[in-house]
Amino acid sequence: MGVVLDNLGFLLGGLLTTLELTVLAFAGALVLGTVLAVCRVSPVRPLRIAGAVYVEVLRNMPLLSLLVLFVFGLPDIGLTFSLFASAAICLAVFGAAFVCEAVRGGINTVPVGQAEAARALGFTFGQSLRHVILPPALAAMVQPLVNIFIGVVLGSSLAAAVGVSELTNRTQVLNLQSAEAVVLFLVSGAMYLAIALLGGAAGGWLERRVAR
Amino acid sequence: MTTRVLFDEPGPRGRARIRLWTVVALVVLAGLLALALWQFGRNGQLGRSRWAPFLSPDYIAFLGAGLRGTLVATALGAVFSFPLGVVLALGRLSSTRPVRWAATAYVELFRGVPLLLLIYAFLLALPRFGINLPILAKLVVPIVLVNTAVIAEIVRAGVKAVDHGQAEAAAALGLRDGATMRLVVLPQAVRLVVPALVTQLVALLKDSTLGYVVSYPELMKQGNNLTVYTHLLVQTYLIVAVIYVVANLLLSRLATYLEGRLGARVRGRVTGTPAEAQQAMV
Repeated sequence: MGVVLDNLGFLLGGLLTTLELTVLAFAGALVLGTVLAVCRVSPVRPLRIAGAVYVEVLRNMPLLSLLVLFVFGLPDIGLTFSLFASAAICLAVFGAAFVCEAVRGGINTVPVGQAEAARALGFTFGQSLRHVILPPALAAMVQPLVNIFIGVVLGSSLAAAVGVSELTNRTQVLNLQSAEAVVLFLVSGAMYLAIALLGGAAGGWLERRVAR
Repeated sequence: MTTRVLFDEPGPRGRARIRLWTVVALVVLAGLLALALWQFGRNGQLGRSRWAPFLSPDYIAFLGAGLRGTLVATALGAVFSFPLGVVLALGRLSSTRPVRWAATAYVELFRGVPLLLLIYAFLLALPRFGINLPILAKLVVPIVLVNTAVIAEIVRAGVKAVDHGQAEAAAALGLRDGATMRLVVLPQAVRLVVPALVTQLVALLKDSTLGYVVSYPELMKQGNNLTVYTHLLVQTYLIVAVIYVVANLLLSRLATYLEGRLGARVRGRVTGTPAEAQQAMV
């Protein structure tokens, strides 16, 4: 246990980096994913196709492959970012594909008749969106979005493989210096588990709030 | 496919606006593509000498060996985690409380811990305790541990989706609980979740990229090895990414096809969304 206590600051620093990475990437994924979803449901054909291609490609690409391409490949064409920024951008770009599908799925759960009824009643586009379509759509989106959040938390660990000093990376660094390896892994694992479970619980609360 | 939820069939003014946006979108997309190509060209990455080597038999064989490694790791992951996942799902559905709790704890634990952390544990921590597995096992064992939990949840959803009358009929025929599950419910449940299981193959294939970390020569690691000799970084990693996307797209298409075969009767009954849409993230 000594190794954990001696290096608690170091480990917590890693946890902080993991959290920063997660929050930044998830926020970015939400924004980009929503824009993509708007593209995919828009009446403009090129936007629909571009959105579909983006989603299909990114959802079928392993995150590590994207990270490695970004960190080691892009400097070749003159684009260099800090390791942290690279990891955050990759996670956001990757997560956006999943967010897009969650948002689109949420909108598609609303029966067409309800939107038609709203239009028949003379609601403007904004009004029908705000009062008729979004409330049930948002409720249907919460659970998939929570899963994506947990995916981003777990995915952020891959940043360790390209050298970002976050929780997984620091665990592995400390492990090389000390003999009490297993305890370290248990503590880090517990930290990830706590984030995932808290995220899930927060999602459940949010779902009840939104559904009301 | 347009969703007609958000807007009506457009009138003449709407159509004019759509045409305008179509032109704008095309210009912007073409601009982005041109910018990317210009960036490649400006840094001398478009030259024939930077891409032509990938057509040589040596390069193809080298990356092909990597693809074989990827498929081996994926297949091993599936072969072990699918049956274990079924067993774990039965544990979660067991009427014996301690069994149910243990299975639930396992699922919650391994769905909340990153695979890479587990792999580091097998790679760096466990060898000190005399547990030093072969390289392939250091990759596959953590993959199986994590995916068993995911598959158990898929199978459990399938079991719950089987009509309750089936189990009741089996009970009325005098089958015991075990036989009901084994002979009546489980076969139907597995059939329901086949598309979701194929989708899970995509996740397994993605997981196998972590062979990069344990130095198992799958596609990612082979690509990395190749760049050490050739210094064709952006080209190699782009090609590797394309191979992954194509392989996974084929698996996703297979899942969609199988789902179509199952027919509208059962489609979406398991979790409400098509298998393709519930693809796991990492």
